[in-house]
Amino acid sequence: MIRDEHKDRDSGHVPEFPTLSRREFLQSIGGGIIIFFTVGDASAARGRRYPEDFNAYLRIGEDGRVTCFSGKIEMGQGIITSLAQMLADELDVQLQSVDMVMGDTSVCPYDMGTFGSMSTRFFGPPLRAAGAEARAVLIELASEHLNVPKDRLETKDGAVFQKTDATKRVTYAELAKGKIIERHLEQEAVLKTVAEFKVMGKSFNRTDSVEKVTGKAEFSGDIRLPGMVYAKILRPPAHGARLKSLDVSAVERLEGVQLVRDDDMVAVLHKNPDEAEKALAKIKVEWDLPEAQPDDVSIFDHLLRKASRSNTAERKGDIDSGEKLADSVFEKTYLNSYVAHATIETHTALANVEASKATVWASTQTPFRLQQELAKVLGMRQEDVRVITPFVGGGFGGKSNNLQAVEAARLSKLAGKPVQVCWSRAEEFFYDTYRPAAVVKIKSGITDSGRAVLWDYQVYFAGERGSTMFYDVPHHRTLVYGEWRGGGGVHPFATGPWRAPSNNTNTFARESQIEIMAARAGMDPLEFRLKNLKDERMIGTLKAAADKFGWSPSKAPSGRGFGIGCGVDSGTYVSTMAEVEVDEETGKVRVKRVVCAQEMGIVINPEGAKIQMEGCITMGLGYALTEELRFKGGKILDSNFNTYEIPRFSWVPEIETVLVKADDISPQGGGEPAIIVMGGVIANAVADATGARLFQLPMTPERVKAAIAKSRSLAASPALP
Amino acid sequence: MMANVSFTLNGKPVSLDIDPDRMLLWALRTDLGLTGTKYGCGQGQCGACTVLVDDRAVRSCVLPVRSVEGKKVVTIEGLSDNGKLHPLQEAFVEHDALQCGFCTPGMILTAYSLLLRNPRPTREEIVRGMDRNLCRCGSHSRIIQAIESAARIMKGGT
Repeated sequence: MIRDEHKDRDSGHVPEFPTLSRREFLQSIGGGIIIFFTVGDASAARGRRYPEDFNAYLRIGEDGRVTCFSGKIEMGQGIITSLAQMLADELDVQLQSVDMVMGDTSVCPYDMGTFGSMSTRFFGPPLRAAGAEARAVLIELASEHLNVPKDRLETKDGAVFQKTDATKRVTYAELAKGKIIERHLEQEAVLKTVAEFKVMGKSFNRTDSVEKVTGKAEFSGDIRLPGMVYAKILRPPAHGARLKSLDVSAVERLEGVQLVRDDDMVAVLHKNPDEAEKALAKIKVEWDLPEAQPDDVSIFDHLLRKASRSNTAERKGDIDSGEKLADSVFEKTYLNSYVAHATIETHTALANVEASKATVWASTQTPFRLQQELAKVLGMRQEDVRVITPFVGGGFGGKSNNLQAVEAARLSKLAGKPVQVCWSRAEEFFYDTYRPAAVVKIKSGITDSGRAVLWDYQVYFAGERGSTMFYDVPHHRTLVYGEWRGGGGVHPFATGPWRAPSNNTNTFARESQIEIMAARAGMDPLEFRLKNLKDERMIGTLKAAADKFGWSPSKAPSGRGFGIGCGVDSGTYVSTMAEVEVDEETGKVRVKRVVCAQEMGIVINPEGAKIQMEGCITMGLGYALTEELRFKGGKILDSNFNTYEIPRFSWVPEIETVLVKADDISPQGGGEPAIIVMGGVIANAVADATGARLFQLPMTPERVKAAIAKSRSLAASPALP
Repeated sequence: MMANVSFTLNGKPVSLDIDPDRMLLWALRTDLGLTGTKYGCGQGQCGACTVLVDDRAVRSCVLPVRSVEGKKVVTIEGLSDNGKLHPLQEAFVEHDALQCGFCTPGMILTAYSLLLRNPRPTREEIVRGMDRNLCRCGSHSRIIQAIESAARIMKGGT
């Protein structure tokens, strides 16, 4: 069993909480039946205290509608639907009568942020319990109302009725009318069993899709306030550049343009964003460029030089004994580049800072952290700062960083009017908190019979998540140098979480190394894995994938272009098989087919889970094949999608997804796991097609061609004695 | 510098006193308050800003307002008919062909234009027609399915 990875979920930033009172919530939401509950997630174990001992609640209103107030946000991952499903099922109401109010700091209790595939895993269980508790309260009320003992009552479709006589009934709306009943969830409520599910475990269409197909869905950039203006901010040409001279005279004369300066920030405001941009271009500015820094080629040596302290994440047996047992030893180094989040919605915020309060609409994954940041920057009390999170146009970890909202708030305070900051695509590439470039070194060994006996694993700057060894190797250790957050002057710019932080790099390295060993052992890569696995959950997904794929055993390289990749993330197990075609002349890789089997415990919305898997597979093609941030001397050389290529329709393979049933395991994460295998599975498939092994992501045509040339020259040279 | 530009927007006449060199995207989003058309890249590379001009999908972030003079412009807000979703919109809902939804208006309008010119496209033709529209969430497979299904329902009509 793999232990859960709690450590790298958050930025490590421990906020203080605004003093939210229950009374304030009650006043703001009116009457009804309200259940307060605490989310027992990882942060609680880290000694955090939630205000008033609750951090979410649900209400059954006088209209019978059920509202869930949660600090989580919706960025495409679909929890707006799956959380509502959980509540609907436990409460016995239709999915359509559940409203989700998300990411608004003034009405939703504290939440640390939406990341780490945690919403279903950690928010889900207490939400279900709250639903079950609310149902119990309703039955109690109905018992009095109908004068029928509780055990003779049943609930369905938002009403309580007598089991033997359904005409004796009362609706939730009637029960909630004129009442304010508050309950705190303290003990475990009795949850429905999987067999009792009516809404959970069933596929529902997204509840936000009608808004999204009609253009009515509001994102942060779509909020309009009277008198609002749009800001464009002067940006340096390179990270580390310093302002040398500035001449704003041409802008000061322009009609309708307001120039704002605040310390290092120079911005122009205009009632139209494009005209603000035009005005900004008229500023004459000179910069001192920074000393040469590592570029996208020298970065890996730089990282290894910067690595000093490591922590031992895992140790079993003893490395020396493993080496003695091994008949063949493999020492390989794997490289992975910086990649951008490249969400189609750029970082956007609208801030309205008034004398004693501020309201900020922001595309953010961390509204409460932003509230705290803003209070500090604006010199206000946290309770006077309200952050509202409209729909977020993609996050993937990148919108845990809220710089754009801080900029909008600073400008609004200075200008005395609402200000929108919407980063341009170039700003988005420049200020992204990239997935860090990383190096993995592995020394591993097998016996002649194909048993893995040694695994000495060192990861530099990718982070620990996903480095846990789930193959059964008697002698292994994992050393972790640095992590994905950056800091300490290691990276030339900011880094941060990127869909399944650390795990894409660790899984690429591990799964490549596994197939290198399988090939040397002369074994089929599936057979080699099964021989070296004891973990039943992983074995289950591997067999399910093989079954769907129609895997037939063959020694690698088989020339078929088949690869396998396995991994664990957010408590979920994934095995993926892929078929690729490699054009050996151009070096271009085309992924033809991907089969992904995932075991994620109880599945709340099977279709939603599959959509996330498909999204992971498709997005993962990018970091596997093309995505790599180019930079030099502090300059980010990619500023738009013409050079930074993300997956397109024409890249998308035939995708088949399988959910492996595991109803005895509580629901696990779903937004990230399936992406982690994409580098490894494609690298393995390329090696199977061509005999050439790639040790660096992305596998660009140039790198593929170079690897093929190298493998041919090795094959042509006489064997060493 | 300012000029009058008149065109039809979602079936209604519009007349703007505007710098005609400004891009249509910003006129729509700010001057006209139609925010369904999205900014994604500003260089015509992602397709989030796609609108229909005389029934052809164009990138409004690189289209000067002057060039729609006298023309028929349709944005995502103008696609449904009196609250009744267009078959493409229906199909996107049915197939869950979206996640964050930010690229969705551009996807739907690009598909609309594609189906108008080629009512029964093959899968390859859909892929080719949609290839310049970017989606980061990875909804591509379902978008293709939604377009295929809408094409069947529309049977060559719009």
